[in-house]
Amino acid sequence: MPQALAAVNDFVVKFANVNGSGSASANELFARSILRMGVPVSPRNIFPSNIQGLPTWYEVRVTERGWLGRRGGVDLMVAMNPQTWAQDVKEIEPGGYLFYDSTKPMPASMFRDDINIIGVPLTAITNATYTDARQRQLFKNIIYVGALSVLLNIDDNEIKRLFGEQFKGKEKLLDSNVKALNLGRDWVKQHIDPDSVKLEVRKSDNVGDRIFVEGNNAAALGAVYGGATVCAWYPITPSSSLAEAFQAHCKRLRHDKETGKARYAIVQAEDELASIGMVIGAAWNGARAFTSTSGPGISLMTEFIGLASFAEVPAVIVNVQRGGPSTGMPTRTQQSDLLSCAYASNGDTKHVLLFPEDPKECFDFTADALDLADRLQTPVFVMTDLDIGMNHRLCAPFQWDESRQLDRGKVMTAEELEAGRNFGRYLDVDGDGIPFRTYPGTHPTKGSYFTRGTTKDEYARYSEEGPVYVRNMERLQKKFDTARRIAPQPLRYPSPKPTRYGVIYFGSTSPAMAEALDHLEEGGNHVNALRVRAFPFAQSVEDFIHEHDKVFVVEQNRDGQLRSMIMNEFTLDARKLVPVLHYDGTPITARFIAADIAKKLGQLKVVPFEKAAS
Amino acid sequence: MTYITKPKLHHPSLVKNKAGYTRRDYEGAVSTLCAGCGHDSISAAIIQACYELDILPHQVAKLSGIGCSSKAPTYFVGASHGFNTVHGRMPSVMTGANLANRDLIYMGVSGDGDSASIGLGQFAHIMRRGVNMTYIVMNNGVYGLTKGQFSATADKGSISKKGVANSDESIDLVSLAILMGASFVGRSFSGDKHQLVPLIKAAMAHGGAAFLDVISPCVAFNNHAGSTKSYEYVREHNEALNRLDFIEGREEITTQYDPGTVTTVQQHDGSLLRLRKLGEDYDPSDKIAAMKRVQEGQAAGEVVTGLLYVDPTPRDLHHHLNTVAQPLNTLGTADLCPGPAALDRINASLR
Repeated sequence: MPQALAAVNDFVVKFANVNGSGSASANELFARSILRMGVPVSPRNIFPSNIQGLPTWYEVRVTERGWLGRRGGVDLMVAMNPQTWAQDVKEIEPGGYLFYDSTKPMPASMFRDDINIIGVPLTAITNATYTDARQRQLFKNIIYVGALSVLLNIDDNEIKRLFGEQFKGKEKLLDSNVKALNLGRDWVKQHIDPDSVKLEVRKSDNVGDRIFVEGNNAAALGAVYGGATVCAWYPITPSSSLAEAFQAHCKRLRHDKETGKARYAIVQAEDELASIGMVIGAAWNGARAFTSTSGPGISLMTEFIGLASFAEVPAVIVNVQRGGPSTGMPTRTQQSDLLSCAYASNGDTKHVLLFPEDPKECFDFTADALDLADRLQTPVFVMTDLDIGMNHRLCAPFQWDESRQLDRGKVMTAEELEAGRNFGRYLDVDGDGIPFRTYPGTHPTKGSYFTRGTTKDEYARYSEEGPVYVRNMERLQKKFDTARRIAPQPLRYPSPKPTRYGVIYFGSTSPAMAEALDHLEEGGNHVNALRVRAFPFAQSVEDFIHEHDKVFVVEQNRDGQLRSMIMNEFTLDARKLVPVLHYDGTPITARFIAADIAKKLGQLKVVPFEKAAS
Repeated sequence: MTYITKPKLHHPSLVKNKAGYTRRDYEGAVSTLCAGCGHDSISAAIIQACYELDILPHQVAKLSGIGCSSKAPTYFVGASHGFNTVHGRMPSVMTGANLANRDLIYMGVSGDGDSASIGLGQFAHIMRRGVNMTYIVMNNGVYGLTKGQFSATADKGSISKKGVANSDESIDLVSLAILMGASFVGRSFSGDKHQLVPLIKAAMAHGGAAFLDVISPCVAFNNHAGSTKSYEYVREHNEALNRLDFIEGREEITTQYDPGTVTTVQQHDGSLLRLRKLGEDYDPSDKIAAMKRVQEGQAAGEVVTGLLYVDPTPRDLHHHLNTVAQPLNTLGTADLCPGPAALDRINASLR
């Protein structure tokens, strides 16, 4: 008998399915039922660029301690896809469990000696009950959820409550799902020793008031709260669900009650060039506008981004990053568009980037980006990624201050113009590099100007004179420094003990990093952490680097793009910055970060601080 | 030298329109285009049209791409906002601008390189979306700013100034606009003010996507023998289908027409388009016939001009999107932000 992994509320279940078989909703049901028992879960879709037929996986990390990063390794594999059987079986941790459809006998060579095999004749059970092909396919998924609920001790009442919410008013569907669930439960109860799986879900109270939501959905809601009225987009994985969620939110929240008319306009453009063009046109004309896209879309938008930056037109671009370069890995995650966004377009251009860590910050930063873009009159990027955008993540509930008003920045009104206030479209009147603008149609005789991508003077008059050009470029630099102050500031997570080592990270690395810091600490490796939340970097980022001998920079790309930007922005010894890079398209794990940093600390011949001090 | 401003002093005898502006109030900066450029005649026609329509100058938004033609918005209606966007992408910027404020009058000015070469895709899509605008292409078949290369509207066989024959098929923007769903399509000639001004007025009054292809000879690079976009060639081959009189709904109709010589089309805003027949019977509300006639003319080497197609009851993008009557750019926090109570309900649904 192989050993049997035993764990309560701390294990990883992975479902291996075929794309398009309806498994996604069953797997999500599984994850949600554990969440309802008060135990945090962190699920991840691992899917191909395909609609039907190719392999797809759903990984659920059950984590009492609330470690929401990907752990790595699989304790229980639900192997529903013959195509990937060998790979799936191989992935199971020694002592782990293989759950499979045992309808057809399988040769012993298909299994492993060091894992525990749980066979349930899912197809046989299904076919004995259902005749319709589609029903067979869908209910087989629910039957395995039922079987697993018995094996893992998941409260079936929670699953039934979830059915009740999902099929409210559709009693027939509710009953048939409960029936399928019980088919799986009853079979396992009758045929399998309840003790054969030593992984257990036990009721807890660690979820609190947190919500379970995808980053794309959250960012879309942030756009609604942030007052976006124009959304122009072009479908591209993994960002498409963001614009679609914006549409769904607007349908509920943005129609005039009396007339039924829409207080928003959404256009699916012909390409990304047009979508950013529409955003710029709308923002120039005084509406709040945004687009959502991914890396290849950014490449196409680059010319327009330069125009918006130089002509000083607000624009919000949510970049749900995927694996690059080129078409790259459309359904895998990376943080590899930092450089292409930060310095997008020809000439001396620099742009504001925000780095949300989870759906909560996707919501906050998208709403903030709409304010920032108006205040700074420039494009602002929200740099999320597939890992945050397309996976349900447990996060703090959304909050909104009742008194918050849309901050439209410096807009000169007809009254101010009428009163004789001096208007120079590119005139720095406040010393922050930000000029006043007027919306088209404001005043019959005052405040009109020409917006262009060519150089101009303070009064928007075309000019190619050197000093005029330099003055404008210097003012834009000053404006960039203003952005440094008003964009979200970095957050520090100090080690409990003093240390000469630091780590800088950002975005979706956050949950894995938090866990890695715990592991490092447990191993006696003390590291201070700083999470960068925006570019241009605050001065405190440089201060943090100066306070440490070595600073690890953890990123999900090959070239250490954040590290390059830090070196570019500050004057410091580049050898101080040690890259920690993970970029195979899977989300970075705490195991990887902790192991890599521990190894590198070892190479630095670290003497623990306590010893050095004594 | 667009920074040279014209003297603001107006002669007291200048006649003011119903909005209280003289014709000169619709002018812009001094043109920097070549003397004799067709584009300046079109700018003058736009100025005349705006003056005659009693438009408030600041209620116009002028957008363009890149090129000689795209400089033109600087030279008319100086009191309005203008946007020189990027090459070939004016349509998307105009679409977004229109979404933000449906109350302004949108005038897009582009060239044949800007709309038919680099910008053909965006040209097609703005027409099919039905953006409420007047889109004018100042069409000279040549790149002026880069000194004389063919554009995509240059006719096959047309000879360049350097003596090279164009071997590529030309793109006919009029046919394309009709095909893509523009609801007002006309063609004219920069040298024919009497035809052009009423066409611009009618296009501006039209409540949907209005497109005007205006042949506008380039005196510097495309006005020689062998060119099919020269003044001489266009004058000789101009095949005008009709003469348009634009009559605003509130105006008293004073012009007398002989019976059987006029077709009247009433546009959605109440304005009347009176089309005087010139020879053949032509019904501009028949889309299929319009495409056939334009293609026939093309095959015969004619420059078919006039009001070619009009749908008198167009639907625009705002209609399709069911947007509120109030411009989106005037909506404030209370209109747009659902507030914390709604957010609490959303939070509850995500647990």
